[in-house]
Amino acid sequence: MKRFTTALAAAALAVAAGTASVSAGEELRIGVEGAYPPFSWKEADGSLKGFDIDITFALCEKMGRECTLVEQDWDGMIPALLARKYDAIVASMSITEERKKRVDFTVKYYNTPARFVAAEGSDLDVSPAGLAGKAVGVQRGTTHQCFMEKLFPEADLRLYQTQEEVFLDLAAGRLDAQFSDALQADEGFLKLDAGKGFAFVGGPQYDLECHGEGAGVALRKGEDELLQAFNAAILAIREDGTYKSINDKYFDFDVYGD
Amino acid sequence: MEDPRGPSLLDAIRDFSGNASPLDFVLIIQHWEMFAAGVGYTLLLVAVSLVIGGALSLPLAVARAYRTPVVNQVVWAYVYLFRGTPLLVQLYIIYYGLGQFEIVRESFLWLVLREPLWCTLIAFVLNTAAYTTEIFRGAVEAVPYGEVEAAKAYGMSARLRTSRIVLPNALRRALPAYSNEVIFMLHGSVVASTVTIVDILGAGRILNSKYYLAYEGFLAAAVLYMLLVYAITRGFKIWERHWHAHLRPRAA
Repeated sequence: MKRFTTALAAAALAVAAGTASVSAGEELRIGVEGAYPPFSWKEADGSLKGFDIDITFALCEKMGRECTLVEQDWDGMIPALLARKYDAIVASMSITEERKKRVDFTVKYYNTPARFVAAEGSDLDVSPAGLAGKAVGVQRGTTHQCFMEKLFPEADLRLYQTQEEVFLDLAAGRLDAQFSDALQADEGFLKLDAGKGFAFVGGPQYDLECHGEGAGVALRKGEDELLQAFNAAILAIREDGTYKSINDKYFDFDVYGD
Repeated sequence: MEDPRGPSLLDAIRDFSGNASPLDFVLIIQHWEMFAAGVGYTLLLVAVSLVIGGALSLPLAVARAYRTPVVNQVVWAYVYLFRGTPLLVQLYIIYYGLGQFEIVRESFLWLVLREPLWCTLIAFVLNTAAYTTEIFRGAVEAVPYGEVEAAKAYGMSARLRTSRIVLPNALRRALPAYSNEVIFMLHGSVVASTVTIVDILGAGRILNSKYYLAYEGFLAAAVLYMLLVYAITRGFKIWERHWHAHLRPRAA
């Protein structure tokens, strides 16, 4: 409740200040998800961990800004940014044209392909005809939903609030397949006990309109100063090795992409 | 292609809705089919669970009101369990919880529990039956004892007394309280959208997440729920006027 009232007060202040941009020196509030391992997850004690979280603090340190994390469910991510609950999103959000209508993006900070996952030996044919009528799970409001609706319109698409729920239902056998970020599926499901008996089917899938150019930091439109600062910080951590040390904590290859 | 006559009225509305207005009405209208299907699912879920739940609750309520040994305690425990926990938790336990057990997944139960719609119906039926049992129990207990005694004096058996005197009387009395349960059930049905069912709220959530909106999907859903509640309250008004005619002061 307290967090809610402070957020409300902050929003009221922001409104009172008109469209004043986030100026240097002020504390930056960063919107993160916390249900997308290994990019972000929540520890038993409530603290947030993961690649996105480490990148957030590395960027803030480079920019010389104090940062606090604000947790937000995925499907309210952009509305909450626009409502000034926080000033930037670092939540593995892909840079797409549809999202650019609402927010501005920095350059990408990583880019990984998306793939289907199904039960081992299911012989699933990853084609529009092969998936027709099959129950396929994706997280609601993701690039993967866009991809499925565009290229596999005949599939029985099931939409979930979180990616964790998609895996839960795949493991329970309610879904014939799920479609998501390949790296996240590997680290957050296939390599765990819950993912035993499941495997990738088909190769990496990509559609520019849906998947965009990789994951970037999202900001409200018109925050040009902050956008430049974030862009510079992303390039700086790439150069000075900070990115590599964070990357190597979670992955055995460079997730930045080409 | 440019229209030689310049922007039409429709374009003007589209432009206002998309750019000037804080709410994008055109997007809602473009997705009316999704919302219509959502209304269908919501009505289906609520109607089926009310009919089955209501039918289940009648014998349970009578057993409670007549203090039938053993059954009374069992029904009390069931009602306490389902009124004591939130509907969302009940649905999650049935949907995600039961699916965790291999033994459930390998049994014939899985044919039913595999489907989100069945899981939701089971949760809704059990939930509304518990609330309705309490409503009917109160109504049965409130039947004036004089009427029961009169029936006894006529030599009616207990079964006949229940079906001819007690239940018709109790059900009429329960109508206003029951109309609340119907509305609560309608509002409670939004939890179906958390297990992949595209009901009214589910449609709203899809609209919001597809276009990264904060209000449009929820507002459209709110308006649809309000219309449904209006229809329900009107329906019960008419029903009450019919069944409570004997309680109204007579016209001179």
